[in-house]
Order: sequence, then C-alpha cells, then structure tokens
Amino acid sequence: MGKTIATKIFDAHLRDTPTPGNMILDIDVVMCHEITTPIAIMDLMEKGMDRVFDTSKIKAVIDHVTPAKDSKTATQGKIMRDWAKRHQIKDFFDVGANGVCHALFPEKGFIRPGYTVIMGDSHTCTHGAFGAFAAGVGTTDLEVGILKGVCSFRAPETMRVVLTGKLSSGVTAKDVILAVIKRLTVNGATDKVIEFVGPVVDAMTMAARMTLCNMAVEAGATSGLCLPDQVTAEYLWPFIKDQYSSLEVAVADFRKWHSDPDAHYVETIELEVSTLAPQVTFGFKPDQVKDVSELEGTPVDQIYIGSCTNGRIEDLRDAAEILAGKTLAVGVRGVVTPATPAIYSQALDEGIIKIFMDAGFCVLNPTCGACLGMSCGVLAAGEVCASTTNRNFNGRMGKGGMVHLMSPYSAAAAAVTGTITDPRKFLNNN
Amino acid sequence: MKTFGGPAILLDRSDINTDEIIPAKYLTEITKVALKPHLLEDLLLDGKPFDSQSPAMQQARVVITRANFGCGSSREHAVWAFEVNDINIVIAESFARIFRQNMFNCGILAIELPAADIEQIFKMRGELTIEVDLDKTEMTTRSSDPAQAPITCSFQMNPFDRDLVAAGGWLAYADKKF
Ligand code: SF4
Repeated sequence: MGKTIATKIFDAHLRDTPTPGNMILDIDVVMCHEITTPIAIMDLMEKGMDRVFDTSKIKAVIDHVTPAKDSKTATQGKIMRDWAKRHQIKDFFDVGANGVCHALFPEKGFIRPGYTVIMGDSHTCTHGAFGAFAAGVGTTDLEVGILKGVCSFRAPETMRVVLTGKLSSGVTAKDVILAVIKRLTVNGATDKVIEFVGPVVDAMTMAARMTLCNMAVEAGATSGLCLPDQVTAEYLWPFIKDQYSSLEVAVADFRKWHSDPDAHYVETIELEVSTLAPQVTFGFKPDQVKDVSELEGTPVDQIYIGSCTNGRIEDLRDAAEILAGKTLAVGVRGVVTPATPAIYSQALDEGIIKIFMDAGFCVLNPTCGACLGMSCGVLAAGEVCASTTNRNFNGRMGKGGMVHLMSPYSAAAAAVTGTITDPRKFLNNN
Repeated sequence: MKTFGGPAILLDRSDINTDEIIPAKYLTEITKVALKPHLLEDLLLDGKPFDSQSPAMQQARVVITRANFGCGSSREHAVWAFEVNDINIVIAESFARIFRQNMFNCGILAIELPAADIEQIFKMRGELTIEVDLDKTEMTTRSSDPAQAPITCSFQMNPFDRDLVAAGGWLAYADKKF
C-alpha cells in the first residue's frame, strides 16, 4: 500500500519504535519561545543537563509578550537571552528583530518540505503548510527535543480534507478553515494528521496555506499539511537556490514527499467552497461557527488584527482594502499588530500602516499580545472583540471577554460599522 | 513507581481546554508551585464559574471528566497545575493529544474509559475514591455511601506510556535511552 506524506516523513526520521504504534523521530527544527521554554531551561540547569543537541537546529524567539511588560516577563526574556548566548544559538530573535514565531520562522526559510518540527506551542501545525510534519508539544517534550533532538509520536493516521470549487471574492482561507472545524468539531481530528488537498489549496498562496494549517489543531489535529509544490518552491527559492539548479528541479524533488495515489486515509471529507460565505465564531469553542449573516449586527468593542493566523502582509492588505478612506465606528477600538518586522516594514512601504492609522487604529509592534490575553489589548469583562486570531475560549483575550473569530476582511468590516458585518458589502467587485 | 488514586472530583463537561485549566496570565511564572492557587480558575460548568477553592477540590487527587479533555494550548502548565495540587490521575472519555502526552511525560496518568463507564461513575452518589491497579490495568471507584456498590473498570495502557510512568517521565526515559 502507498504512503501518505506524513508516513513518508515519519519513516525518513524514525529513530526508535518502543512499542508498535509509538515512534520516536529525529527532529530537524526545535523552535522555542519565552512562554514555554524558560521552565525547560531552568529544569535542565537544575538537573545539570544544560546542553543543546545541535545549536543550528534550534530557533528561538521572544514573541508572546515583547517588549517585556513587567518584571516576570522580563525575567522570561532574560532566561531565553542568556541561554541563547551561552549555547551560541545564532537564530535567536530579540526585541527589534522578533515577531510571532509561526510567521517569523517560515519567513526566515527555516522550514522545508519533509522536515520534522516541534515547538512548545500548539499552533506549530502552521508549518505543515510547507509539507513538513510540524507539531505542538509540551515543555517536557520540548526539553527532550532541546537535549536529544528526538520526540515521540503515535504512528500517524491521516484524514484527507479535499477542498473543491473556487473561493468567491471576500472569502478567504480563514473562512475555509472555520468551515472545516465546524464540520469536524473540536475533536474530530484528534490524534490525526490532516492533509489539505484539492484545487482550492493548489491556488492558495503560502500565507493562505499557513492560515489553513494554523487552525488544524482547533479540530484536535496533530498537524495539518499541504503538499509542497511550485508555490512552496517559489516562496523558499531565496533559501534553496544554491541547492537546486532551477525551480523546476526543486519542485520535482519536493514531489517525493507527495502522498502516493494508493495511500490509506482513515477518512476523507470534501468541502465545496464556491458558495461558502464569510464565517464567524460564536460562543467559546472554535467549532461554533456561523455564516456572517447570522451574526450580522452584533455590536463589538474592539477589533484585533494580527496573530500567527492572520497577521501576514496579505492579511493586512485585505483589511486595508476595506479600511482605506474610512474610520473606526464611534466607540470602537482598533488594534493591529503586523506579525513580523519584515511585514511591518512592507506594510509601511505599501502605505497600509497609514491606512490603519488614518482609520484610528493603534499600530503595535509584532507580538502575540492580546491573542492570548497577556498584553496589548486585553478585554474587560463583558467586552466583545472581532478578532483575526484562532481561539475564542472563555477568558482567552481577558476574563469575561468574548472573542468572535473571523477573517481580516470581516474584522475590517466590523471596524467600520461597529458590528459584525458581511465584508462583501465593502468590496468593489461584488 | 509512585502510587496513584485518592478522592475524586467530577467535572461534568466535554472540551475543557487548557486556558480554563490555567489562564495565560499565569504563564509568566517560572516555578510550577506558583500555579497552585489558579487551577481551573476560568472553568465554566453549566455556564457558571466553577468553585476551584471548594474543600472537595482541595482534597481531590483524581479528576473525572467527559470527552476531549485538555484541548487547546500546548501549555504543560495545565498538567503542572494538577501536579502541584497533588492530582495524579485524570480520567476522561478522551483527551487532546498534547495534554495526554504531557501527563505521561510528567509520569502521571491520563486514563481513557468508554463513555458508558464514565456515565456510570457520574451516576454514583456520595463522595468517590479511586483505586488504581496498574498491573491489572483496572480501576475501582468506591463511594462513601454504603448503599452504593463499588464499580471496577478495566482500561488500556500503552506499554510505552507505562514505561514513561515507571521511569518517572519522558526526560528520565530519554536521557537513559538516547
Ligand atoms: S499569535 Fe496567538 S496563537 Fe499564535 S503563537 Fe501567538 S499566542 Fe499563540
């Protein structure tokens, strides 16, 4: 029987099989941020095991709360900084050079097709967009990853999500993934890998594929993957051009990771997206999803545009398309955080930052900030936020606050009207 | 190997996520013990805030709950928050992958039982105590109510997870092996 991309990656990285069904893999990239890594570092130090398995395979960033907001977060940053220095970790990104991990690391070319990637962060599945097996892990797994370069997983079972049709204007990868999660529910893909295929994925940019894979974990998936193709190769070209004689050669090489035609899937679901409307969550679970029309008119207090889901330049352009020449509705606060310094700089060059500022938005430096309710836009009890992030859990953006997840188009439309609004009203070609 | 079991508390809800188990604002702590007073602080049961400071919660050594427990963020802080409150087993219909892995990585138990067994336990009256026999992979639930007969359920335990528990967690296991 043929193999799926996940099985091929597992087989290529297999170090040990302690029991049938459990596989210990060699890890290509161990990514670290200041929320889940410091305790691992402290524990290794206490145990006299303060070592790293391979300095070049460790990538580290301070991104969740940056610049530090208080003594505790300053200490977390310092632990990371001292550790990176002690072990000469070259790819460490500190204030000024830092951005949201799942936007920054791909941008630096750290992720390649066929790689195994772990991080102490559940949205590590984002990097599956490159045809890598990328999974979020806890601090102990991270600790062992740092020390030994290995991680244990159950043998992958793959669920195939086939996306057919063509997205209509104003409908984006965010709306697609929300619709997929609604269909699968929050544990529909638990312990499984999701492989996203079909013409809709083929037509997506890397940014859109990252948005898609980013939320695979919200359906419980271990990782979400796209098959690496021409789009992947073009994105990675600056980093791989010495390795391949031409783009075509790279694309052909990437094909070795593609799932075989007779590969086994535990389940295949198909979603026709041509008639899909913009999607919005309600309630406290990311599978509580409705068409925007069903929530139309719900008042909001804050707009949040950013995060590893939708803080890329493509997302800022979408929002700016609606915000250009308009202002925030009276009484509504707008917060935008471009996900990396490069995105911020690009947005400046394109005049997008000006559009946000003219509309009355507060433009933050790249950071996770309010996405997880730690800083920079935390909600008060009873407040409602239209957000481009990925989690609407109770208390996520601040105790007693309510978060509606949506696309950058929809968040921008809500900014202008002060209520949840179908963004297609503001788009010319509709 | 450490011993497992003790007084149980029932959390009658599915999809309890790690933000509810330990809110992100406490992730700035760099010691596990600082998490102690904040366990389950943002949990809603029946739409109402759960009393995480109740005597029953303080005494609990075992948590019994429904499906997809520990979904959401990868934060191992959720497991540590249980650990520092002396909770050594979580029993559920199913777990989110990262949470379950984090439990065994810390050398404590995440036990999956069929929905019907969980339902039976939820129906028991009185205060409940759990005993676990890891060799037989059996657990017995006893009630303080003498009219209530104990219930014994068997569960599956992956040999690798058992090795992790025996080693005292994944770091100790991996350090020996790799
Ligand atoms: S932006 Fe939000 S979801 Fe993404 S890594 Fe940061 S806190 Fe996590």
